[in-house]
Amino acid sequence: MGRVVLVTGVSRDLGRRFARTIAADPAVDRVIGVDVVPPRGDIGDVSFARADIRTPVIAKVIAKEDVDTVVHMSVIASPGPSGGRNAMKELNVIGTMQLLAACQKAESVQHVVVKSTTSVYGASSRDPAMFTEAVEPRVARGGYAKDAQEVESYVRGFARRRPDVRVLMLRAANVIGPSVESPMTSYLRLPVVPTVLGFDPRLQFLLDEDLLAVMRHGALSDVAGTFNVAGDGVLTLAQAIRRMQRPTVPLPPAALTGLGRLVQRVRVAELSPELVAFLTYGRGVDTTRSRVELGFTPTHTSAEAFEVFAAGLHRTFAAPDRLLAAIESRVAPVATTLAAPVRPVPVAPPRPTVVPEGGQHG
Amino acid sequence: MGDADIIPIGTRGRPGRGTGGRRPSSASRGLAGGTPRPPVDPPADPPAGDDDARTDTAAETAGTSAVDRPAGGGRAATTTRDRGPLAGVPIGDWLAAFQHAAAELFGEESEQQLARFLAFLRRRVTGDYVVDDFGFDAEMTERFFIAALRPIAQKWFRVEVRGIENIPATGGALVVSNHSGTVPVDGLMTMVAIHDHAGRSLRPLGADLVFRLPVVSTIARRAGTTLACSEDAERLLREGELVGVWPEGFKGIGKPFSERYKLQRFGRGGFVAAAVRTGVPIVPLSVVGAEEIYPLVGNLPSLARLLGMPYVPITPTFPLLGPLGLVPLPSKWMMEFGEPIRTDEYDAGAADDPMLVFNVTDQVRETIQQTLYTLLMDRGGAFG
Repeated sequence: MGRVVLVTGVSRDLGRRFARTIAADPAVDRVIGVDVVPPRGDIGDVSFARADIRTPVIAKVIAKEDVDTVVHMSVIASPGPSGGRNAMKELNVIGTMQLLAACQKAESVQHVVVKSTTSVYGASSRDPAMFTEAVEPRVARGGYAKDAQEVESYVRGFARRRPDVRVLMLRAANVIGPSVESPMTSYLRLPVVPTVLGFDPRLQFLLDEDLLAVMRHGALSDVAGTFNVAGDGVLTLAQAIRRMQRPTVPLPPAALTGLGRLVQRVRVAELSPELVAFLTYGRGVDTTRSRVELGFTPTHTSAEAFEVFAAGLHRTFAAPDRLLAAIESRVAPVATTLAAPVRPVPVAPPRPTVVPEGGQHG
Repeated sequence: MGDADIIPIGTRGRPGRGTGGRRPSSASRGLAGGTPRPPVDPPADPPAGDDDARTDTAAETAGTSAVDRPAGGGRAATTTRDRGPLAGVPIGDWLAAFQHAAAELFGEESEQQLARFLAFLRRRVTGDYVVDDFGFDAEMTERFFIAALRPIAQKWFRVEVRGIENIPATGGALVVSNHSGTVPVDGLMTMVAIHDHAGRSLRPLGADLVFRLPVVSTIARRAGTTLACSEDAERLLREGELVGVWPEGFKGIGKPFSERYKLQRFGRGGFVAAAVRTGVPIVPLSVVGAEEIYPLVGNLPSLARLLGMPYVPITPTFPLLGPLGLVPLPSKWMMEFGEPIRTDEYDAGAADDPMLVFNVTDQVRETIQQTLYTLLMDRGGAFG
């Protein structure tokens, strides 16, 4: 008798892909994907149940299908097409409450896995360089971090009330990948990347495939608790943007927030105050526990995950590198084949003086 | 973007006053003749509109641009890309000039040095360098920050270092120093001294103000600084790093000149707890000289509150002389690293014993204070 897994949030790309991944696992009998709208892509063997996790309907689905593993992937980072901030908060907080209430009633449920985020730690100048799971997150003022903190507190409450259920919370760093849509990825995809003047935050990334792998590992293992999951190492924002070869505009934080409102209106990206704080102070999380206790190591480091993401992006600011490469290609052979000690310095043929022209100053 | 036409203003040096229009007036056309000026050989103007030609050698450029010249009347549409102030000189010439200059400056080794420098520059431009979890960029620190500070340490402050053998060659250790000088120059000089004499990188712990300030925070992280909190301190010490801490904090650095070389309270002894927990030795460091660089004779507490700073200093030269007042006075510096205080014989619970922590804190503080007096006697005049 294999597992019966219920996955929430399958209309979104990561939820759908996770449902497919876990459906392919031999230890799993059946996978039920739940969401308000049907998933757009191929969901393979997953059976889709149209149910709103904000309503008690979800309890009926769990009871009817005899679900033993609930994977909650429906905590969203940006309002996106779901509507405004209120709709997002409702989905995140009320959805989690209803889902956990349903789980508490259902005797069949034995495992609850929740995808949380490292955003719960916030970002400020008073933070340690690396957060461990033992650090109590500062109370967030609003936005995604606040939602995630509330979701986590409900999950902890559920774990207290149902001690027989294994509850696993995975705090994932910024998930990145060629097809991932999130505030961070849409920010990094901007043709000219605005940065906070005078700050170079440390970032950590988790490749989408690694997120799916750790969720799968977490759903099928028997480890309980809260774990940070992130690719090894850190990348600073300046480093990341240079690797993408995109131009940057350093702006004062206030201007960046203003720009954030503007780009949000045109739906290009979203620069929430929370993201601006993150882009100012950055954040790092310690993944020792997830490595040792959970037994999961991401296949890609932060830098490698970013490379996968950046591979699909057009390099719009390669000129400095091209120029240096050109200089190097002229100098390097000279330096390596420096056999003759006295070598005439090549001087280009003398050029005539440029005749002054009227149009030159245009 | 990028291909926007630039409408030339002026008449390209032809007769006539010019209206800025695309075609000169009929009068000036009559004067200049209707056909475009034949390309002078070698060509008189930079290659326009051909990006590849710029990377070619000068000789080739001459050919291409002559061919590229449009046969029609007027001038070719010029794109913004090609109109930089340096666009007129082909890259070959720049390279030759650089090589020539480098050869003049550095002599025989120049080309290898240039190649090394270019490789370094290219790594920076493409982001192909490594920072550790704390944001420490070893290459940048060594090649840039330390190199820039070294002349100041050697020539301006004439830093004299004693007892460098007390710094362990490997493994974690906690360097505890007095703090003074209005601006934390003593921290920078300690970094240089330890890098140059002990061959290790000091990882300083800084106040959260450091990480709130733009530019400063970026440089601080790059240079290896991290927040002064027990998590970061213990993490660094466990990784076997040499950590620097200034427990007096703003009380020490912002004290008036009249109280110079009088140690302030040593925080809450958090640094001792961190050292005991990780079992690393504590190396007391006494720095003499930093007190005189910006003698703090006054403070503007209300302005400081307004700016959210711990203090706004008034020194004999600042703000009286304006930016010139920011130049530190050239006092003579001495640094003495004292005998390491071992903490590995305490058991793990000792860090939670406040009495023990206070005792060790006092021991470190007394050692530094006594060494300060000895060093002051040895130094004589402050600017000698």
